[in-house]
Amino acid sequence: MSSSDFEHEVKLSLTVNGRRYTRTVEPRMLLADFLRHELGLTGTHVGCEHGVCGACTVQFDGEPARSCLTFAVQAQGHAISTVESLAGGPGKLSVLQEAFRECHGLQCGYCTPGILMTMQAYLAQHPDPTEAEVREALSGNLCRCTGYQHIVDAVLLAAKNLRAGAAA
Amino acid sequence: MKPAPFRYAAAQSLEHALALKAEAGEEARFLAGGQSLIPAMNFRLAQPAMLIDLNPLDDLDYITVDNGALRIGARTRYSRVEHCAEVARWQPLLAEVLPNIAHPQIRNRGTLCGNLSNADPASELPAVMLAAGARMHAHSAGGDRWIAAADFFINLFETALQPDEMLVEIELPALPARSGTCFIEVARRPGDYAMAGVAASLTLDANGRCGSASIALCNAGPTPMAAAAAAQLLIGGVLDAEAIAAAAAQAQEEVEPNGNVHCTADYQRHLAGVLTRRALTSAAARARQGTSA
Amino acid sequence: MSTRYFGQPVKRNEDARLLTGSALFVDDVELSGMLHAAFLRSPHAHAKIISIDVEAAKARPGVIAIYTAEDLGDYWQHGPLLVPPPPVPGIVFNLRTQVPLAKGVTRHVGEPVVLVIAESRYIAEDAVGDIYIDWEALPVAAELEAAARPDAPRVYPDIPGNVAAHAHQKRGDYGRAAKDAHVTIKRRFTYDHGCSQPMETRGVVAQWDNKADKLTIWDTTQAPVAIRNGMAAMLGLSERQVRVIAPFIGGGFGPKIMMFYPEEVLIPWVAIQLNTPVKWIEDRAEHFFATTHERGQIHDAEMAIDKEGKIIGIKDVFLHDTGAYDPYGLTVPINSQCTLLGPYVVPHYDSMFTAVFTNKTLVTPYRGAGRQHGVFVMERLLDIAAREIGITPAEIRRRNFIAPDAFPYNHGIIYQDFTELTYDSGNYEPILDQVLATIGYEKFLAEEQPRLRAEGKCVGIAVVCYVEGTGIGPYEGAKVQVQASGKVSVVTGIGTQGQGHFTSFAQIVADACGVDVTNVEVITGDTDAFYWGAGTFASRGAVVAGNAIGQAAGLVRQKILATAAEHFECAETDLIIENGKVSLNGVPGHSITLGELAGMANPMRGAVAPGTEPGLEATSYFGPPMGATASGAHAMIVEVDPETMMVEIKRYAVAHDCGVVINPLIVEGQVQGGVAQGIGNAFFEDLVYNDEGQLLNASLADYLLPSSMDVPRMEMTHTVTPSPLNPLGIKGVGEAGAIPVGPLFAQALEDALQLPKRGVELLDIPLSPSKLWELARNA
Repeated sequence: MSSSDFEHEVKLSLTVNGRRYTRTVEPRMLLADFLRHELGLTGTHVGCEHGVCGACTVQFDGEPARSCLTFAVQAQGHAISTVESLAGGPGKLSVLQEAFRECHGLQCGYCTPGILMTMQAYLAQHPDPTEAEVREALSGNLCRCTGYQHIVDAVLLAAKNLRAGAAA
Repeated sequence: MKPAPFRYAAAQSLEHALALKAEAGEEARFLAGGQSLIPAMNFRLAQPAMLIDLNPLDDLDYITVDNGALRIGARTRYSRVEHCAEVARWQPLLAEVLPNIAHPQIRNRGTLCGNLSNADPASELPAVMLAAGARMHAHSAGGDRWIAAADFFINLFETALQPDEMLVEIELPALPARSGTCFIEVARRPGDYAMAGVAASLTLDANGRCGSASIALCNAGPTPMAAAAAAQLLIGGVLDAEAIAAAAAQAQEEVEPNGNVHCTADYQRHLAGVLTRRALTSAAARARQGTSA
Repeated sequence: MSTRYFGQPVKRNEDARLLTGSALFVDDVELSGMLHAAFLRSPHAHAKIISIDVEAAKARPGVIAIYTAEDLGDYWQHGPLLVPPPPVPGIVFNLRTQVPLAKGVTRHVGEPVVLVIAESRYIAEDAVGDIYIDWEALPVAAELEAAARPDAPRVYPDIPGNVAAHAHQKRGDYGRAAKDAHVTIKRRFTYDHGCSQPMETRGVVAQWDNKADKLTIWDTTQAPVAIRNGMAAMLGLSERQVRVIAPFIGGGFGPKIMMFYPEEVLIPWVAIQLNTPVKWIEDRAEHFFATTHERGQIHDAEMAIDKEGKIIGIKDVFLHDTGAYDPYGLTVPINSQCTLLGPYVVPHYDSMFTAVFTNKTLVTPYRGAGRQHGVFVMERLLDIAAREIGITPAEIRRRNFIAPDAFPYNHGIIYQDFTELTYDSGNYEPILDQVLATIGYEKFLAEEQPRLRAEGKCVGIAVVCYVEGTGIGPYEGAKVQVQASGKVSVVTGIGTQGQGHFTSFAQIVADACGVDVTNVEVITGDTDAFYWGAGTFASRGAVVAGNAIGQAAGLVRQKILATAAEHFECAETDLIIENGKVSLNGVPGHSITLGELAGMANPMRGAVAPGTEPGLEATSYFGPPMGATASGAHAMIVEVDPETMMVEIKRYAVAHDCGVVINPLIVEGQVQGGVAQGIGNAFFEDLVYNDEGQLLNASLADYLLPSSMDVPRMEMTHTVTPSPLNPLGIKGVGEAGAIPVGPLFAQALEDALQLPKRGVELLDIPLSPSKLWELARNA
């Protein structure tokens, strides 16, 4: 145990969208940059790099987290999911994604991946939210285009459709 | 907005982390949730030469309850505390404040001990520690010590922790019977730092009079601000509207807000009074009902 | 032609790509060997550069090149004048445009001074920290009114009083007419700075291909064609050697069409110099200083009314903060001057403004583009006038509307598009009636408000009206082509930033060519795909490009019919186009697909008839003679906590008229998003500068974009007054929602807190709980 324990580079192994990756990275590399530029998973967007806008939200062991406020090395041995994992295959959309299309829940689409990663996890825990609850759950993701109304509609529709799917 | 380079060590144990810190001193910082440290690093406002990552230390992720006293470990994240039924039962003030802290994504990563070590007076949690009479458990390679919350927050972003020390856990004492607590704040947007916020805790004596009281405010000075004189006014008296109004007026005198881009200092001082009155009113009602929150 | 899609809430074609994370944004471009840029930006609002030492930065491993202004040689040039001042008699205009890198002096915080190219953005930022500059701070012209004084510190030594421009427009004779006024109201109004903050910041990637002798630029611009033309000229290349791609853009709202940002000029040049691809992505901290701002006006305005509350005239003298440079000419203050008039008859108008240079970030159009400020002044004057006369805010507006039979209505002053400010069409009273009905205006005033007030609640209601000039020229074009696959492609020169062009344009074509809307592929934002165009701004994309596409699609339809008629040896009138096929009317089984017809129109043998062209394609251009004027009214009910001054919006209603609607879902989204930005502008967002010209809240933690809990559900209604200026009858809608929210807040909050009774009026935007409390306590 000595200062040699402090490393300039770290060999990082983690799981992203179910696939195992090993890369050597500088410890300062943000998880958002690692996903986008090392792994080419550019669906995760970077909006502010100080943890306010939520565009870079990914799931860290299933829980939404800001990938701009996480160093890639902190994901050592953990599982990350990004928007690329949601649809379940080419040409498909998840129930939540389909609801966003149905309700016009996106305009420029830049904030959308972060919102999907937040709300997908939220709906898994809260299958029957009220509008007020959806708005609260959304409040950590900023959208500059939509005024949120159609996003809220989309999440409520997805909740309904997911419940119907679970009941069927 | 990329952080400056630093050297990194993943802690293998608490002892390992403390030994690294003892060796590296102020050049190294602990990395817990990173939800305050990393934005500061991205702006290059903070440029630590070394980080000691506490995230591998699963054994510091705990909430224990002993006769109503809570202990929370250094790696325990907000969301775990927020959703812990034991916390809601024994320390409703802590349960009440958590949803006000940032957003779920931040609470899924951030830790209470990391927040408190950062000692941001605008943050809600330090004020809650004061109001709850919490103790902070500091460890270093050479030993450990307990620091009362009232002695922990020294100044803006400055704590009583020595360079070789780490805040390893916090302890919130059991809330006595006939107690009521309340946290209330006014923020521009949900999840923002409050323009003013008040944590209050009241305990009634057997006669229904105020047995003990504590009031603390956030974003009201260079540290979380205890309104001790205001609390003192209440003790021994009946918690009626008049007494509460007098305490609120006193609390307003005890704060030292600075104003910021969102509000003037006078407005913050005014809010301190309004919110103290509201918090005490709720806390008193809860104490009388026997439901603490 | 059937209208199967036009006017329908069609789901968007582009959504699947955006929802799955597969849409390409500029920062997603990865090229082999790509280098990364970072800038050293001025920390001072106004300072002399004594010396620059880049040696330590050059020595840092991973640093490839460093450039100061001196290193640019002849490439260092002032930017062009983007929009010349309109032909207003007596106008004064002092042109000062930005430069790629500051030389000798910097005039606002964030102005780029040194460019670093490195192997990664991380290293480039490290190297920026290695650079040492010896600065000599200069006196700062920061606050607008102070900067306009004759003895103010000068942004340019040769311009006393920092006068960027001065313009005076008049109709009638206000001075004489005002003598007959029943009441004259005079107030000072301020409308302070805000900014657009799209969720995607700006970015540029450039690649020089030596083998192809060609430059490719990916740019977050709203105007790829103009960038192509400008970059070709600056770099000494032909336009065909430069391809500008504006892929998916994460919101624009105006500031992504400032030509030319320094970074836009530099990154392609460096990519050529180094013969290596280079990427620059603006970070959010840079964005606060380096991307243009808006708002910032002080109006001293006066309204004369008669005893019925009819406007006799308005006199307005205002200052406009243009920041450190004025490449965008006078678009913003002219829009303020013109849009102030709103949907009202103003027989006498006297408006004079001075645009003022300050040591702040440039001001260029941002959603609303000056209209907010004018509408704020007019609507507030009307509110005060209504109080004077003793009628409701709704009633005074009704009494002053331009009558429905008065169109086209000419206000007799010059607009931003250089034409006389003339409204093409409009019908304002039904819009007001609709919004009042939606919000329950009369019932609220008569029953609910008294009841709630009796319960101690501070509730207030407001209603405001506005117009928006949309869809200005000069022109857009489009090429529509039937592919061999049977799909139809549309290419146009505008860029797209989330407005749903991939769908609304497809709807126009799908109806004309009889195909499913999902079989229309829209290509925008690629100058190699379409050569001509102006860009996406001023709520003009759907109006101008939409009509060009409509025309081109109509021509393709004719070619489809002609080709099919030849094939079937029938008259065109016997043919039906639907579901991607052309069928012979009444003859089952006789049909041919569009793909097959496209093949016939492109024969491999034989000959194309002289005077005809191969393929089923057409290119068309559309340029409206002037803008189409949309209109609307918003109403709101708020409740205020009188102790904390926190505001809750209880109801929000919008009635609007943007002419014929292509896709109501998209229109609703545009209006809702506009209102959200308006709410931000009115009550949350405030760029706070100190006297040193330093921006004190340059982060999204302190510059408050409204969240999902701050923006209410909106109840929306539509009326349709078609524009006679274009064949589709449409008007723009992009900016409308954002325009009237400031005065709506002011009126509602005054009402809720009964401030006028206490001698307090809300005359400044943005408002905040703290500002409300400070105003109220001094009552």
